[in-house]
Amino acid sequence: MTRTARLWGLLGVAGFVLLPWYMVPGGVLSLGWPGDPAGASGLVAVLGGRVWLAGPGLALLAALAAGFLLRDPQARAKAWVICGVAGLVLLVAQGLLILGDGPRLAALGTAAQPGMGLGAFVTALALLFITTTGISARGRGRGDAFVTGLVGLIVALVGVFVFYPMAFVLIRAFELKGGAGFGLSEFLPRFFAAETWSLACLAGGWCGPAVNSLALALATGLGTTTLGLAFALIFTRTDFVAKKLLRVLTILPIITPPFVIGLALILLFGRAGTMTEFLHWAFGMEKTRWIYGFGGVWLAQMLSFTPIAFLVLIGVVEGISPSMEEASQTLDADRWQTFRRVSLPLMRPGLANAFLLGFIESLADFGNPLVLGGNFNVLSTEIYFAIVGTVADPAKAAILSMILLAMTLGAFLVQRRWLGRKSYATVTGKADNGQHASLNPGLKWACYATALPWAAFTLVLYALIVFGSFVKLWGYNHSFTLAHYKQAFAITFRNGLHFTGAAWDSYFSTLTIAAISAPLTAMVGLATAYLLVRQKFAGKDAFEFSTMLSFAIPGTVIGVAYVMAFNFPPIELTGTAIILILVFVFRNMPVGVRGGIAAMSQLDKSLDEASIMLGANSFTTLRRVILPLLGPAILAAITYSFVRAITSVSAVIFLVSARHNMATSFIVGRVENNEFGIAIAYSTVLIVTMLAAILALQAVIGRRRLRRSDRVAA
Amino acid sequence: MTNKLFISALALSAAMSASAAMAEDLNVVCSNEQTWCDLMAQNFEAATGIDVAIVRKSTGEVLAQLRAEKGNPKVDVWWGGTGDPHIIAANEGLTQATGVDVSGLLGWAQNMTNMTGGKAVGVHVGLLGFIYNTEVLAEKNLPAPACWRDLAKPDYKGEIQVANPNSSGTAYTELATLVQLFGEDEAFKLLAEIGANVNQYTKSGSAPGKATARGETTIGIGFMHDMVKLKKDGFPVEIVAPCEGTGYELGAVSVVEGTPHLEAAKKWVEYVISAEGQSPGLEVGVYNIPSNPGAATDPEAPDMASIKLIDYDFATYGASETRERLLARWEKDVKGAGGAIEE
Repeated sequence: MTRTARLWGLLGVAGFVLLPWYMVPGGVLSLGWPGDPAGASGLVAVLGGRVWLAGPGLALLAALAAGFLLRDPQARAKAWVICGVAGLVLLVAQGLLILGDGPRLAALGTAAQPGMGLGAFVTALALLFITTTGISARGRGRGDAFVTGLVGLIVALVGVFVFYPMAFVLIRAFELKGGAGFGLSEFLPRFFAAETWSLACLAGGWCGPAVNSLALALATGLGTTTLGLAFALIFTRTDFVAKKLLRVLTILPIITPPFVIGLALILLFGRAGTMTEFLHWAFGMEKTRWIYGFGGVWLAQMLSFTPIAFLVLIGVVEGISPSMEEASQTLDADRWQTFRRVSLPLMRPGLANAFLLGFIESLADFGNPLVLGGNFNVLSTEIYFAIVGTVADPAKAAILSMILLAMTLGAFLVQRRWLGRKSYATVTGKADNGQHASLNPGLKWACYATALPWAAFTLVLYALIVFGSFVKLWGYNHSFTLAHYKQAFAITFRNGLHFTGAAWDSYFSTLTIAAISAPLTAMVGLATAYLLVRQKFAGKDAFEFSTMLSFAIPGTVIGVAYVMAFNFPPIELTGTAIILILVFVFRNMPVGVRGGIAAMSQLDKSLDEASIMLGANSFTTLRRVILPLLGPAILAAITYSFVRAITSVSAVIFLVSARHNMATSFIVGRVENNEFGIAIAYSTVLIVTMLAAILALQAVIGRRRLRRSDRVAA
Repeated sequence: MTNKLFISALALSAAMSASAAMAEDLNVVCSNEQTWCDLMAQNFEAATGIDVAIVRKSTGEVLAQLRAEKGNPKVDVWWGGTGDPHIIAANEGLTQATGVDVSGLLGWAQNMTNMTGGKAVGVHVGLLGFIYNTEVLAEKNLPAPACWRDLAKPDYKGEIQVANPNSSGTAYTELATLVQLFGEDEAFKLLAEIGANVNQYTKSGSAPGKATARGETTIGIGFMHDMVKLKKDGFPVEIVAPCEGTGYELGAVSVVEGTPHLEAAKKWVEYVISAEGQSPGLEVGVYNIPSNPGAATDPEAPDMASIKLIDYDFATYGASETRERLLARWEKDVKGAGGAIEE
C-alpha cells in the first residue's frame, strides 16, 4: 500500500515536471512540444508566472514527503488524504476559475490559460490515487486499496463526464425568460405544464409527450422482456433445432443503423406498403396510415430492443444452477411448478434489468419516433426540436429532460423494491449434474408461439433491407443494380490502392472509434458492477443511480451538453475523436453495469471468499475467479458498446466534426436526401461488419464453463 | 497492477490527441444535400489547393452548435440551408462580415447581404409549392390542386401532409408566405381549413414531398427543387406552383465569427457564389435557383420568371418576435383546432 502511494506520488511529480500541462497543438505524440512554450510542463508554467498551478504540485510533493518521512502508518495515511484532497480541490478550482479568455473573478486580474493536457491529467490521477490509498490505509473499504481506488476513479470519471456536462444543460431549466437570471418561479409551472401531461387522447384529442413517452416505454419494456425471455428459454431449456439461426436473428436488430427498421416498416405497412397493398388486394382492407403513430413506433422499438433484453436474460437463465431445479423435482414438483416457483423467481434480477433497459431505451429512443411517430409526439423528439427547432428553447429542452430523468428514477426505484434484498446466487462452485430442467410442453409451445413468428418477421424485414440495397429505386423500380455499393465503397487501383467511395472515410473512423470505445466501456461498466454487487461503501445507492443517468438522458441533450462543457478550458475536446469516444463510453456504460450486476448477483460470495482465504487480494480474485465466470456479461458489454458506437445517432450529431465523421450521420444525410439505396447499402455493409466482429468476439471470449456440460434434460 | 491499465489509457489518449492535429485547413459545415456538399468540397480543393473537411448538418443543428461553441468555434464556414437561421446567426453575432464582392450576383442575393450587414451572402433561392402523387390521386378520383385555396377543399380530407412550422423552416416559410399573401387573419383561417385536411404535421420540411412520392400521402407541401429531384428519380408525381403566387427561401453562406482561417473562409465564400462553383450542382440533382446569373440551370427546374412570386419580407418575418407570435398563433388556431387525423 505504501508502495502504491509512493509510486503514484513519483508518477504525479514526473507528470507535473516533465509532461506538457496544457493541450498541445498537434497532440502529445507529435513530439513537437519539448522546447515549444505551449508545451511547457506544470513546473515551467509556474516559473513562467502561472503561479496558480503551484498548488497541485506542492500537494504532490507533500504527499510524497509524507510517504517517505512519516513512520506512523495512521499519520501517514492521514497526510495522504489531506494532501490528495487539497491538491485535487486546488486543481479543479484553478481550472474552473481561470478560463481561456480570463478568470471568472475580477480579483484574479487577467490570468488566462488553455485547456488542460496530459501533464494535468497525470497529476490529477496521481492525486486521486494518493487520496484513495490514504483512505484505504485508514481502514475504509476493508483496507483494500484496489477497491477504494476503483470507487474513486469511477466517481471521478462519472463526475467529470456525466455530471459536469449535464449541469450545463440542466441549469438552463431554471433560467428565467428574457435573461432575467435564474429562479424557481417559472420552472414548476413549466414542469407540470398541461400540454406536456395532457391526457386528451383518451377523449379523442392529443396526449402530452410525457404521457405518450411513459405509455410507450411501459409497453416496450414489458414487450421486450417477454420476448427476450421467450428467446432465452428456447435457447437454454429446449432442444430447438435452429438455435444458431435464431441467435443471429436476435442480434440483427441491434446492429442495424437507425432509420433502417423504420424505413423497412414503412415499405411494408405504410399506406402504399407491400403488405398493405396485399391485404387491400386480397381482403379489401382499407389502406390506412396506422403505422404512423403509437403502433408503428412500438413495433420498431420492439424490433430494436428485444435483443438487449435477450442478451441480459440469456446470461441469467443459463446461470441458474440445475441443482435448485433438481431439488424441486426431487421434492415431487412437476416441471411447471419448478419453473413457476424456482426458476422464474431466480430470474428476477434478469427480468428486472431487462425491463429497466427496455424502458429507458424506449424513453431515450429518437430515431424510431422521428421516422414513424406521425402525430404521436414523445419527449425525446420534443427535446430535439426544442433545441434545433425554428424557435430554440433550451429551457424547455432542459425541463423535458428532467421529466425524462424523473421517469427513469421512478423505474429504477420500482425495480429496486421489486428485487428486494433476496439472494439470487446460484453459481456456487459446488458440483451439479449440469442438466437444466426442460420446459413443460405448454410453456415450451407458448415460447415457440411468441418467439418464432417474431423471428420470422425479423427475417422478412432483413431480407427486404438487403433487397433494397440491390435495386434501383426501392418501392418503384426493382431492377438489379450494384450502383449503390459502387457509390459508397468503390476502390480503384491506380498507383496503388485508393478508397474512392464516398463512405470510406466515415466507415474507417466509425470502426476505429467503436473499436477503442467498446473495451473501455466494458471495463468501466463491469468494474462499476463489481463494486455495486461485491463491495459495501457509503453512498452506494446514489452511486448506482448516478451511473444510470447518462443512459436515461436523450442523446441530443448529451450531445449539446458535451459541446457546451468541453468546448472551452479547462477541458477542451470538441472537434477531436476523444470526445466521441468519451460520449460512447459514458453513454453505454450503464448496459455494462446492468449486465454485470445481473450476472454477478448469481455468483455466490463463497467463491470470492475462498479465493481471498487462499491468499489472493481482491484484484486477483476479480481477475482469476469472477471475470472468467462473467464471459457472457463481458461479451454482451463489449458487443453492445461496439454496436452502439456504430449505430447511435442523436448524441453524435452535434459532436461529429469534418475530420471525424460517423457512419450514422452520413446515413441520416442520405436518408434525408431520399437516397435510400446508398443509405441501405451502407447499412448492409455495417451490419455485415458488425456481425463479423461479434462472431469474432464470441470466438475469442467464448462461453464460460459453468459445469461439465450444459444439457437440457430429456 | 492497476497501473498497466492506466498507462494504456494514457497512451491511448495521447494517440487520440495526436490524431486531432490542427493543420492549416478549412472546416466547413454544410446544410445542403450530402452529395452536393462533397462535390463542392472536391471542386474547391481542386481550384484553390486548400484542404477542406466538410460535414453535413441540418440548419437547426448548426445553429444550436454555433450557439454552444460561441467564442471558440470549431467550424469556419457555414454553407447552405435556408436563410432564416443564417439571419438569426448574423443578428446574434455568431457570424462575421467578410467584405466579399457580391455585385455580380442576382438582386435577391445582394439583398441578403444588405439585410445582414454583409454577414450572410445569398447562394440560392428555393420556391415553395406542392406536389401530388398522380397514381393515388387517380385511384381516389380527386381533382389536381392548383391553388393554395384548393387545398382547403373538403375533398382532400386526410390527404395532405405538411411540416410543423415549430420544427421546420420550410413550414415556417409556408406560414409566412400565406400571411403575406392573404393577410394574417385570412391566412390563419385558410391554414385552419387546410389543417382539417392534414393527415400529419411532419418534423422535417422535406418529409411531405418524399411521403407523396412513395404514396404515403396524396399531396405534400414543400420546396419545389426537392420535388424536381423526386420526379427525375422516377416517382409518379406532378409539381404545382400555386396560382395565387408563392414565397421562397433564400439559401446563404456565412463565415463564423472568430474563425482562425479567415482567408481560406473568404475564398470558400467567393467560390460558392461563382458560376464555376454553382454550375456543377446539376450533376448531383440540385435544382434550386443559383445566385450567380452565369451558373447553369436545368430546363425542368422552377425558374423565377414563369412563377408568380410574392415580395417576401425576410427582415420582418425572419425576426424572432414575429416568429414567436406567428408560431404561438399557429399552435392555437391551426394545430389546436385539430385535423383529420386518419389513423
